[in-house]
Amino acid sequence: MKKSSAFIMVVPGLVILAICLFLPLLRVLVPTFYTGDYLFSAYADFFKDSYYLKIFVRTVKVAVITTIVCMAAGVPTAYFISRCDKKWRGILLSVSIFPMMTNSVIRSFAWINILGSNGIVNRFLMMSGLVDKPVKLLYTDFAIIIGSVYLFLPLMIVTVAGVMENIGDDMMEAALSLGADRLKAFMKVIFPMSLPGIIVGGILVFTGTLTAYTTPQLLGGNKNMVLATFIYQRAMSVGDWNGAAVISLIMIVVTLAVIKGFNALAARLDKRGGDHA
Amino acid sequence: MRKNKLLTAFAILVFVFMIAPLIIITVTAFGEGSAITFPIKTFSVKWFVNVFALKSFRISFVTSLEIALLATVIALLVGIPAAYALARSGMKGRGFLKSVFLSPTIVPGIVIGFVLYQFLVLTLKIPVFVGLLAGHFMVTLPYVIRVVGSSLDQFDFSVEEAAWSLGCTKTGAFFRVVLPNITSGISAAFMLAFINSFNNIPVSMFLSGPGVSTFPATLMNYIEYNYDPTVSAVSVVLMAVTVLLMVIVDKTLGVAALAK
Repeated sequence: MKKSSAFIMVVPGLVILAICLFLPLLRVLVPTFYTGDYLFSAYADFFKDSYYLKIFVRTVKVAVITTIVCMAAGVPTAYFISRCDKKWRGILLSVSIFPMMTNSVIRSFAWINILGSNGIVNRFLMMSGLVDKPVKLLYTDFAIIIGSVYLFLPLMIVTVAGVMENIGDDMMEAALSLGADRLKAFMKVIFPMSLPGIIVGGILVFTGTLTAYTTPQLLGGNKNMVLATFIYQRAMSVGDWNGAAVISLIMIVVTLAVIKGFNALAARLDKRGGDHA
Repeated sequence: MRKNKLLTAFAILVFVFMIAPLIIITVTAFGEGSAITFPIKTFSVKWFVNVFALKSFRISFVTSLEIALLATVIALLVGIPAAYALARSGMKGRGFLKSVFLSPTIVPGIVIGFVLYQFLVLTLKIPVFVGLLAGHFMVTLPYVIRVVGSSLDQFDFSVEEAAWSLGCTKTGAFFRVVLPNITSGISAAFMLAFINSFNNIPVSMFLSGPGVSTFPATLMNYIEYNYDPTVSAVSVVLMAVTVLLMVIVDKTLGVAALAK
């Protein structure tokens, strides 16, 4: 293929990306470097402010816990799906994909009905006499975490199941015939082989939770803000556009750092797996 | 293969966790009272009537369809040639170019909406609808690049070269040989991009204005001020459409096409 025609094919996309993404990003984010007393002082101020720091820490905490829970629940489930026969695999995969295709407003709304003061959990607790008055579940960090797990668990399962499907049954059987028990065979053979999928799933869940807007807004409320909801609040309610831009860049940097970190971890685990082999 | 009972039980619990909340919503949509209750006391479809009676829902639904469709079509028009060039040419910096095309996935949706609102809408005075479309283009483009790209990676380009040697022009070969061979990838990219654009909220949060509001944003707004089964009824309608779409995809492309 001629260079000139390849060039023509990529240019329209690059032009739109430049005008509608890169240029706006630069125009809005770069000026934040120069606001305040010295270079990057707006960023130093952000991390000095205990209220801002609390929101930052909450966001990271929610993302870390959500990722761990999604891995713990998603990896065995993905393994289960990958070992089913073709018919069941199709059904279970569809059941996992369905929530992903359903709007996140709906999926968060479901948890308002479950966790609210008049919700299912609280009415059960009251009826059974365990508590006298409703327990505050909604508008807490716990609600954001459970909503985020609910949002991203299907993504984890589908991503990991896709990788595990390609690992043949004979791998497990070989490990078993060589004397490993099932758990050991899973940990020593299946798990390392599906690590690339688990890492990709981890990146998707972590960055997704870190930047999610809908779930923290609906389940966390105004008192339990995370970075994404905080951007909106700074810009729209307070009119602090510079502050919103500062938070924007922080989110982008953390996202990039997490992706790099996960990939570095994957490379290291891969090498260690090789040493054992 | 013999199944581990513990693993089976665990997987069942996980699936109950994923599905039960959606079943609860579905049941509450048919309750009569204006407070959401589960289980329901009396059966009614009046909240479904309310869904179709609400003007803001109707208008924003049409807006969302327009935005999702336009954004997806533009992403396909721009993305298919780009994915082809990335897969086919020995261009220098292919890897870098690909990451440029996928870069919208690294920028959080709320940030895309925020910078587009500030730059396109406030500074350049571009209409909000166009800004919203630009934002949703950023949602749809990576799906096209990724899904069409992976189907091009599996395509045997010697078929295209055979067409050339038989006298077909480069353009002719692209349209008559390459495109027909990647239609399933294009369809999958279309579905994924469309659904994700339609469902997207963060990008649209800033990019709304008089008469311009997406359906999920309107729904979210409604939830924050009202708490009645109308939203449950909307959910049931949307879930029914989703099931229908998934059945169509399963019959044509296989449901795994949506797992990308």
